[in-house]
Amino acid sequence: MEFTLEQAGFAFLAAVIVIFSIMTVTTKRILRAATYLLFVLFATAGIYFQLNYSFLGAVQLLIYAGGIIVLYVFSILLTSSDEDKKAPLRNRRTLSGLIVSIVGAVMCIYLLLTHCYPPVLFAEGEVDMHAIGYAMMGTGKYQYLLPFEAVSVLLLACIIGGLLIARKRK
Amino acid sequence: MEIQMQYYLLVSTVMFFAGVYGFVTRRNLIAILLSIELILNAVNINFAVFNRYLFPGQMEGLFFSIFSIAIAAAETAVAIAIIVNIYRNLKNIEVKNLDELKD
Amino acid sequence: MEYTILIVLLPMLTFIVLGLLGMKLKACTSGLIGTLSMAVTTVISYATAWIYFTGARVDGVYQKWVPFNIEWLRFTDTLHIDLGVLLDPISAMMLIVITTVSLMVHIYSLGYMKGERGFERYYAFLSLFSCSMLGLVLATNIFQMYIFWELVGVSSYLLIGFYYTKPEAIAASKKAFIVTRFADLGFLIGILLLSFFTQTFDFGVLTSGDRSIFTQAAGTTFMGCSVLAWATALIFVGGAGKSAMFPLHIWLPDAMEGPTPVSALIHAATMVVAGVYLVARLFPVYYFETPEVLHGVAYLGAFTSLFAAVIACVQTDIKRVLAFSTISQIGFMMVALGVSGYGGHNGTGYMAGMFHLFTHAMFKALLFLGAGAIIHAVHSNEMSHMGGLRKQLPITHITFLIACLAIAGIPPFSGFFSKDEILAATFSFAPAMGWIMSFIAGLTAFYMFRLYYNIFWGTPAEHEHEPHEAPASMTTPLIILAAVTCVAGFIPFGKFVSSDGADYIIHLEASVAITSVVIALIGIAVATVFYRKKSSIPDRLEQTFNGLHNAAKHRFYIDEVYLFITKRIIFNGISRSIAWFDRHVIDGAMNGLAFVTNKMSFAIRGLQSGQIQQYLLVFLAGLLLITLLVLVC
Repeated sequence: MEFTLEQAGFAFLAAVIVIFSIMTVTTKRILRAATYLLFVLFATAGIYFQLNYSFLGAVQLLIYAGGIIVLYVFSILLTSSDEDKKAPLRNRRTLSGLIVSIVGAVMCIYLLLTHCYPPVLFAEGEVDMHAIGYAMMGTGKYQYLLPFEAVSVLLLACIIGGLLIARKRK
Repeated sequence: MEIQMQYYLLVSTVMFFAGVYGFVTRRNLIAILLSIELILNAVNINFAVFNRYLFPGQMEGLFFSIFSIAIAAAETAVAIAIIVNIYRNLKNIEVKNLDELKD
Repeated sequence: MEYTILIVLLPMLTFIVLGLLGMKLKACTSGLIGTLSMAVTTVISYATAWIYFTGARVDGVYQKWVPFNIEWLRFTDTLHIDLGVLLDPISAMMLIVITTVSLMVHIYSLGYMKGERGFERYYAFLSLFSCSMLGLVLATNIFQMYIFWELVGVSSYLLIGFYYTKPEAIAASKKAFIVTRFADLGFLIGILLLSFFTQTFDFGVLTSGDRSIFTQAAGTTFMGCSVLAWATALIFVGGAGKSAMFPLHIWLPDAMEGPTPVSALIHAATMVVAGVYLVARLFPVYYFETPEVLHGVAYLGAFTSLFAAVIACVQTDIKRVLAFSTISQIGFMMVALGVSGYGGHNGTGYMAGMFHLFTHAMFKALLFLGAGAIIHAVHSNEMSHMGGLRKQLPITHITFLIACLAIAGIPPFSGFFSKDEILAATFSFAPAMGWIMSFIAGLTAFYMFRLYYNIFWGTPAEHEHEPHEAPASMTTPLIILAAVTCVAGFIPFGKFVSSDGADYIIHLEASVAITSVVIALIGIAVATVFYRKKSSIPDRLEQTFNGLHNAAKHRFYIDEVYLFITKRIIFNGISRSIAWFDRHVIDGAMNGLAFVTNKMSFAIRGLQSGQIQQYLLVFLAGLLLITLLVLVC
């Protein structure tokens, strides 16, 4: 078998994603879990780049890796307590959770591998940044100004709500 | 294009069920949130992949992913605010301690 | 004439005022308010009666006046409940009786109840009673009468239980209420039957002599008797309960636990004659539609009268003697109504019954008030604690003697005239019954003078402190009532009250009059021999008729029979099993349901843990299961 560079890259990204996502949920230390998640997010961004969605990859890196994970790390540091380390990871839901996850995963993989897909219409090339901009700011069909504004309002509300909840009470 | 679509989907499936497993078994609130991020990411990958492979001329999947990321960010911000508040009251963030409203 | 409604409203207002504000007022103030309001009511009643008796005649026959009437509930075109005022000879006569006795009792109580706890409560209840009794006699329809009938029962209950710290008083009040309530059930069923078939509650329509309203009931029978007979008999059961006819008399002797003025007002003069009044009110219905029931009333009255007279001969509690005497005299009234005909000379009985009601109210109230004065002096109800009191209580003695002579039927006191008319009516109905009633009249004379001698003659008993005459507030009513008793017999009663409303001239039948006087004198003579001085004859008689004496002393064990029936048979046999069924089967089913729900809730509570993680797990498991099923099938 001969691997192209692209395939090698995908294999690497896939391996990173699979390994680190599993480690994220199995590690005992919460800070490590956050770090592993960061790796997963980086790899996901890599997959977006590979799919030629550079904008999406950039957004992923900026918001997820740059914003959210930092937020997580901060909150982990703020809320760490000794009990976290002492508490056993295993509990009565571990087995059932494991069974459900594995059965679900196996079933999905089985379906994925046996399913007949429609013909692929892969189009090479980067999505035009102009097109993305117009689609996001337009008001016509397949244009997304309204959701964009809604999300911005939602974010504003979240900022206010977060402040309100987390502020110190007198 | 050498890489088949189902390989991406395989990766996202594993990621998704890892998130499910984490969500069900972890007891630290932040760990649960991390699991949710995993699940969301798996979904985002699927959107992007389907868009790229099945409807390459359109951008619905792309935008759905973008908005999903934005909402995930918002959700995270609020959730972390709540968690910090819980920590302030209970001095830990174990799920099993959050049963004041139960009885 | 709309102002007649004040006769009912004024005491009601007094009741409300005293009941609500009584605690804030001084005791004597509330007593005065009650007495004054009663005095005003009395004046209005007298004026009303005067206007009625002078102005209500058309062609020599008294008409029914309805000066005030409001419709309260309308069921059908003809069937409606009104609240109003009905004036006719008997209600006008009752107005006078009730207000007179009530006013006397109000005045008397100022002295008798002085210093008692709950003085204002007592006057509030007296006002309530006066209100309901007046409303009863003024009722325009049978349903209004029933309403006030129950109110009378309630106020009687409240007043018997006035000394609510005494267990006997509580038991007596409960007994009175339950027995009369039980009888009232019959009354209510009777009302419903009667109104169902005649389509009216109105007394005016019922007693108008128009027999067409009863045609609907003709031919309808139940258990061999016509439905009208059932209706009137059941209505009479209500009257028998209030008027203490055998076998519903058991509450009246016990009711003497109440304050003595209350006994005078309620249990001697007014409330207990409500049954007589009821029969008189519906007399045309009884006479024309169901004469057999009317005869039953006569026989029951005669039996009760004899029965109570025998018991009264051996009782030692003076109020009990008077209570049984009351039962006996009410029996006389019932007999008089029962044997009466309608119109003219045939209506002697009706007139005599009403006349006796009138005179009896006066002299029995006098007797009770006198007994109250005696009890006030010696602080006991027992004859053995009395004796020789004629020196210490001169006014009480004279008035009591007048009342005794009146009830014994000695001319010229009022009792003679009314009783003589009753005996005359009875003789013309059936001579045998006439002789029985004459014998009872003799018994009456005997037991009343036994009472009299035991109280005022004989050997004086030891007293902690010297008995003294009652205060003026108590002796004044005695003197007034004694005066009324002396002269009431000369009232031409037939001019006012008769069965058909026309004039009726009372004329004494010499044979009957002489017989009754002779019998009464014999009774008095026997009592004089037995009890004036200490004598061994009563003891020897007691030995000879030991069984009879014991039975009479225990009131012929009627109370025990009741207790046996209620406690042994009803409570043990029926109620207990019903209670068991209720507690175990019905409650058990409910409890079982609750228990199962509770257990089920606890069992499924674990599912609702409130942990989202668990929910997600179960959700996913279910989803996978469904997917698997879809895949496999």
